[in-house]
Amino acid sequence: MSAFIRLFPALFAGILFGFGLSVAQMIDPAKVLNFLDLTGTWDPSLALVMAGGLAVNALVTPFILKRDKPLFAEFFRLPGKLQIDARIIVGGIIFGAGWGIAGYCPGPLITSLSFANSDILVTFAAFVVGTFAARWVLAHRG
Amino acid sequence: MTIVNFTPVPALIGGALIGLAAAFLLLAKGRIAGISGIAGGVIYPEQRGDIGWRVLFIAGLVLGGFIYQWLGLGAGVEQIQAQVGKPMLILAGLLVGIGTQVGTGCTSGHGICGLARRSPRSLVATLCFMGSAIVTVYIVRHLLGASL
Repeated sequence: MSAFIRLFPALFAGILFGFGLSVAQMIDPAKVLNFLDLTGTWDPSLALVMAGGLAVNALVTPFILKRDKPLFAEFFRLPGKLQIDARIIVGGIIFGAGWGIAGYCPGPLITSLSFANSDILVTFAAFVVGTFAARWVLAHRG
Repeated sequence: MTIVNFTPVPALIGGALIGLAAAFLLLAKGRIAGISGIAGGVIYPEQRGDIGWRVLFIAGLVLGGFIYQWLGLGAGVEQIQAQVGKPMLILAGLLVGIGTQVGTGCTSGHGICGLARRSPRSLVATLCFMGSAIVTVYIVRHLLGASL
């Protein structure tokens, strides 16, 4: 398979994803923080972003997974782990704290590099450092 | 509670596009569109030969933002501003990086893809980060009284 066929779908999916985040205005941290501010100035929009994404994905995914294999890869790679462990809870709480402080989760943060100012660059750099550090520790423990 | 700036139509359309993008990545490459996982595999790779598609997906995210602005849909992008100062942005970025790797996913991987697959793990993860984020905003805005 040519490199183009192998790689182009990922580029296209990324573009569609970033465009969708922009349309949904999730690239505006003020809007995200207002969604999380239930007792103050609440903006319910983000609930509909998640509902829309979830509905479309939940509708289509079962049909995709009926296939023997993906269009441009040998097999589906789905997270096999389904059970709940401490990691998922601790990690979720840490991530949520960071999300609640600044209003950036990873997708909108990366998409925001399209109009990067120093604030976005600093946040992105810290995200890269945090990601690297956590993966290094997880790979080297025990 | 006051409801402000509710934009249901762009939210639903944008959400549907995100869902389509995730479905397309699964159909074409057999991969879950979890942004923190895709980025993590570039920032600290664990497998050889598993980086190219990740770089292109991430480049696509940025390009999608560019196209949105280039089409003139982003009237107001220049008005988007960070809501906290740089020290807090650094803290937030670190926590988001660490938390998503420890918790193996973020809003996209757990919140959209995982829930669509009815993974109990993703449901718990989503409840944890949503709850934590809501509590954090309450503390920062209403208890510490920072008018963001």
